[in-house]
Amino acid sequence: MSTVATSQIKLTPERSRTSVRSRLQDALPKIVLAPSFAITIVFVYGFILWTIYLSFTNSKTFPSYVITGSRAYQRLWGWTFDTDPPSSWYTSITNMGIFGFLYILICLALGLFLAILLDQKIRGEGVLRPIYLYPMALSFIVTGVAWKWFLDPGLGLEQTLHQWGWTSFHFDWIKNKDFVIYTVVIAGVWQASGFIMAMFLAGLRGIDGEIMKAAQIDGATTFQLYRRIVIPLLRPIFLSAFIVLAHLAIKSYDLVVALTSGGPGGSAWLPSNFMYEYTFKRNEMAVGSASAVIMLMTIVAIIVPYLYSELREKPR
Amino acid sequence: MLRKLLIGTALATSFAFSAHAADVKEVQMLHWWTSGGEAAALNVLKGDLAKEGYAWKDVPVAGGGGDAAMTALKAMVAAGNYPTASQMLGYTVLDYAAAGVMGDLTETAKKEGWDKSVPAALQKFSVYDGKWVAAPVNVHSVNWLWINKAVMEKIGGTEPKTFDDFVALLDKAKAAGVIPLALGGQNWQEATMFDSVVLSTGGPEFYKKAFNDLDDASLKSDTMKKSFDNLAKLVTYVDPNFSGRDWNLATAMVIKGDALVQVMGDWAKGEFHAAKKTPGTDFLCYRFPGTDGSVIYNSDMFGMFNVPDDRKAAQVALATATLSKSFQSAFNVVKGSVPARTDVPDTDFDACGKKGIADLKKANEGGTLFGSLAQGYGAPPAVANAYKDVVSKFVHGQIKTSDEAVTELVKAIDDAK
Repeated sequence: MSTVATSQIKLTPERSRTSVRSRLQDALPKIVLAPSFAITIVFVYGFILWTIYLSFTNSKTFPSYVITGSRAYQRLWGWTFDTDPPSSWYTSITNMGIFGFLYILICLALGLFLAILLDQKIRGEGVLRPIYLYPMALSFIVTGVAWKWFLDPGLGLEQTLHQWGWTSFHFDWIKNKDFVIYTVVIAGVWQASGFIMAMFLAGLRGIDGEIMKAAQIDGATTFQLYRRIVIPLLRPIFLSAFIVLAHLAIKSYDLVVALTSGGPGGSAWLPSNFMYEYTFKRNEMAVGSASAVIMLMTIVAIIVPYLYSELREKPR
Repeated sequence: MLRKLLIGTALATSFAFSAHAADVKEVQMLHWWTSGGEAAALNVLKGDLAKEGYAWKDVPVAGGGGDAAMTALKAMVAAGNYPTASQMLGYTVLDYAAAGVMGDLTETAKKEGWDKSVPAALQKFSVYDGKWVAAPVNVHSVNWLWINKAVMEKIGGTEPKTFDDFVALLDKAKAAGVIPLALGGQNWQEATMFDSVVLSTGGPEFYKKAFNDLDDASLKSDTMKKSFDNLAKLVTYVDPNFSGRDWNLATAMVIKGDALVQVMGDWAKGEFHAAKKTPGTDFLCYRFPGTDGSVIYNSDMFGMFNVPDDRKAAQVALATATLSKSFQSAFNVVKGSVPARTDVPDTDFDACGKKGIADLKKANEGGTLFGSLAQGYGAPPAVANAYKDVVSKFVHGQIKTSDEAVTELVKAIDDAK
C-alpha cells in the first residue's frame, strides 16, 4: 500500500517536470538555431541587400549611399556585347558558361563511372576510395599551384616528356588564351570528381538489392540494369551533386588565381574574379556590386526552378 | 552586482583618461614588406624609432600582398580604427585624403624642409589640399634595362642608345641562341614595359600628355600606334612560355644567363643582389633606349592617418624618421630604389643606384619626372587597370592590330574616367 501511495505522490511532480522538459525540448531547437539564424539573416541576406543597394550608387573606393541610377548595369550590359576584342566581362561570363557546363558535366559523369566501378565488390575498395576522395581535402590554392606547375610547358608534363624523348609532344593550353579556361576545368574536375564519386557510391549502396535481383531474373543486361533502374534511382544524388558542384563552380575564384593568375590577357577570368578586381583593385565598387548581383540572379534563375521541380514531386 | 559594474566602468573610464593624458609610445604600421630584403630594410626604421623610445607594432595582414593589405586597410578605416600609418601607393593616398581620414603633417614638413627636398612630382601624391598627408619612402623608376654582362660580351653587344639599336641587340642575342627578352606575361609587367616604349617612341612631352594628362588627341595619335607597333616588335623576342610568369622568375632568367635582358623597374636589382651579383661586373643597368634623361617613377608612401591626439607624437616621430637622410640612404641601398629626397648623399649606393639618384635629380630639375601609368602613378586605378587590360590583350593577341589597340585604349580610358 505504502509503496503505491508514494509512487502516486511522486507521479505529479514528475508529470509537471516532464511537461517543462518537453516544452524545453520543443523550444530547444529554436533556441539553438536562433544565433545562427540571426547571423545568417544579417551577414548573408542583409549584405545581399546592401550589395544590391550599392550597385545603384556611384560607389568608387568607398561605399557611397546616394542612389545615382543604373549606370553600373548599363556599363555591364554594354560590355556583354563587346566581343571583338572581348571585354573582361564578356570573357568572364563566357568562361563561366564553359567552365560551369564542363565542370559539372564531367564531374557527374566521372564520379558516377568511378562509383559504379568501385561498387563491383572489388578488393581493396577501402584503400581506393580515400585515394579518389583525397583531392577534395586540398584547398583550391594547393590544387591550382600543383596543376600550374604540372601544366607549365617549361616545367611539367611537356618538359618531362621531352626529356624522355617524345620531343614532338606539345601541350601549352595554360599559356594559350583560347584554351586556358579548359585547364581550369581539368584542375577543378580532378579535385571534385572523387567527392562526387563518394556521393554516388553512398547512393548505390542504398539501392535495395532485391530490385536488382528481380531485374536480373527478368533477364535485364547489366547495361539495362544501370540505365533503367540504378541511374533513375540515383536521382536525388544527382540533385545534391549538382547543387554542390554548381556552387563550387560559381565560387571558383581562388582556382583561377592560383592556376593562371588571370590567364594571358585576362582570358581565364570568371565573374568572381571580375567582381573582386573591380571592387577592390579598380575602385569601382558599384560595377563590382552590380556584377555580384548579376551572378546571384543567374544562380537563382538556375537553382530555384530546379529545386522547385525536384522537391514538388515528393511532398513531405 | 550593479555596484560592481559601476565601479568597473568608473575604473575603466579613469584608466582611459589617464591613458589619454600620456602619449602612446607605439607606432601601428600596416605594410606588406615581409620578404627578405624588404623586411631587412624596414628593420632600419624600426631601430631608429626604438632609439627614440617608440615601439613598433605591425598590423597583421592575412595573405601578404598589397591587395590584401589594401582590403584590410579599407575595413579598418571603415570601422574608424586608423593605424598610425600605412604603406600606400599613388592615388590610394589621394582617395583616402579625399575621404577626410588622413592626418596633417604640414608642420613637421616645414620644419624638416620636405617642400624643397622632395621632388615636386612626388608631392602631387603626398600633399593633398596644401596639407602633407604622406611621407614618401623611396622612388622607384621603371625605365631600366637589366642585362647579363657575360651574355652581352658573348654576343658582342654594346649599350643600345635608340630603339633600333635595341632591336639590333635583341637580334644578335637571338642569333646566338639566347632568349633575347625575359618578360613575365602578366598585365602589369607588360604595361610597365609599354610605359618605357611610349616614352622612347614619343619622347617626354608625349608621354606626359598621353599617360599623365590622358589627352585624347595624344592617345589617338599615330605616335601611340607606332608605340604599339614597337611593343609588338619586342614581344617577338620573348620565349613561348612567357605568359603568366612572375617578374622575379624573368629576372632569374637574366641572372642565370638564359636570357639577355629584362625591362623592369629597379626592384629587379634586389634579385641580382640576392644572387650575389655586382653591377658592372655581373650585370649592367641601362636606361631604356631613348629614355635617357627622363624618369618614369613610382613611389612607396607611408600614408599618415588622422589618429587621436595621444598618438600624434608617435606619428610625427615615424614621419621624421622616414624622411631622415640616414634612413633614406640605408633603406634604399637595400631596397634597390633611390631616396625620395634629392639631397641625400649617394656614397653608400652601387653604380646603378648612383646613376638612379643622378637621373632623378636631373629629371626633377628638367621637368621630365613622370608617373608610371602601369604602376598607378599616372592616373587613378580604374584608368590604370583599363590601360593594363588593353596592353595585355594586345600582347596576347585578343587585340590584333595597333589600330585596334589605340581605339580600344581610348575607349577603355574614357569609360573608366
